[in-house]
Amino acid sequence: MNTLAPEAFDVSVARITDATVKLDVQELDFFYGKNHALKGVSMPIAEKSVTALIGPSGCGKSTLLRVLNRMYALYPGQRATGRIMLDGEDILRPGVNLSMLRAKVGMVFQKPTPFPMSIYDNVAFGVRLYESLGKADMDNRVEDSLQRAALWDEVKDKLHSPGLGLSGGQQQRLCVARGIAVRPEVLLLDEPTSALDPISSAKLEETVTQLKNDYTIVIVTHNLGQAARVSKYTGFMYLGELVEFGDTASMFTRPATKRASDYVTGRFG
Amino acid sequence: MPTEHTVRVYDEELDSVTAELSRMGGLAEAEVADSIRAISRRDVKLAAAVIDRDARLDEIELEIERRSVVLIALRQPVADDLRRIVAALKISMNLERCGDLAKNIAKRALVIAESDPITPLTRSIERMGELVAARLKEVLDAYAARDDERARAVWRRDEEVDEHYDSIFRELLTYMMGDPRTITSCAHLLFVAKNLERIGDHATNIAEIIHYEVSGEQLTDTRPKLDLLER
Repeated sequence: MNTLAPEAFDVSVARITDATVKLDVQELDFFYGKNHALKGVSMPIAEKSVTALIGPSGCGKSTLLRVLNRMYALYPGQRATGRIMLDGEDILRPGVNLSMLRAKVGMVFQKPTPFPMSIYDNVAFGVRLYESLGKADMDNRVEDSLQRAALWDEVKDKLHSPGLGLSGGQQQRLCVARGIAVRPEVLLLDEPTSALDPISSAKLEETVTQLKNDYTIVIVTHNLGQAARVSKYTGFMYLGELVEFGDTASMFTRPATKRASDYVTGRFG
Repeated sequence: MPTEHTVRVYDEELDSVTAELSRMGGLAEAEVADSIRAISRRDVKLAAAVIDRDARLDEIELEIERRSVVLIALRQPVADDLRRIVAALKISMNLERCGDLAKNIAKRALVIAESDPITPLTRSIERMGELVAARLKEVLDAYAARDDERARAVWRRDEEVDEHYDSIFRELLTYMMGDPRTITSCAHLLFVAKNLERIGDHATNIAEIIHYEVSGEQLTDTRPKLDLLER
């Protein structure tokens, strides 16, 4: 049986009515050279809440994340068309100051990427690029960032030892602290727990839950349970398309589309 | 039915829960039907069999609960799988209650069989019982077919059972006032009617659960209800 039911092509993108839209992705197409990686993606991202992106490998969820702070601009041959409105301004338009954009839209990657320097300097590094703070202010900023990343209690007595000496989970939270030290408005997390053990993952999830009061967070994850636990909204992507977007509770109790349903229930194939 | 899970043994586990539930449904149906027959035919042996078989329903309910809990813990079902498991758990609880009520009817059949028959009355009870048993069967068929439309049809017709109950209640009062010697039997028959009415309510609950499993929505409208105390 190779016939596909008509419902197999259903798409359902809900509108956000109960929150402010911080980032509005509109008709976004993305190309890696000739490879059409994102196809007409339109999706709202609500302010001060967590939006999860799920979908099988290669569906475009990490690509979408990389477009949100124009990380792709570092690579030749990659281009995006469409609009991404951040507080009403299109970040895809030429002439956007990319380093200011990345200060506003921070990112944490799949594997921990601490710099080969002390814990303190890891957190202060980004801040020094954008601001010149006195010692006391910088100390406060470092402490505040480590507190928010739920790492402070574990490192407060060894701030000047190397960041690479921490465990994997701690390193990842250090990267979160470094990301939020520059006071971004949006935080992008690309599979932040895929390299972590369950306890460290739980701690990072707890961090995300606390951060959502102050930040707009977009998290790409392969762990469906994690998406269900931490996010308020979920987008399901497949083959470069956004198939379904809506509130997370609905996605996991009664998905609107057959493809999202098959994916979350583990029937994909 | 949807496509298979990537982990195929997951499908087998889900199917085993619903298979147990179908078996339980068949047993509950038989218990209810036999308890009514025991009353109308004054069949003491059948009544004893009904009482005896109730333990089977309790066992299956526990088995369904056990398998569901393991499945939830190990597979973390979501979406339609989750609704299927939640529905199976809830329906099994309703069926177990139906079994208890049928057992109670059978116990009363033993007592009623000791006094003189009150034929017209037992006829009314029998008619009500047949209606309730038919509703239970209909709703279990709707479950087997995951047929929301049929389930909702059962849900809408709950009023008929209430009407029967109402008229039997009046009938019983008349008998008891007319001949105090019938009071013992009549009091038991009153409970039998009440039990049947409750089995009808369980059938309605099951219809609501089927609707939830199939559509993901809860039935929230108030269903037509005839209340003896409100008149």
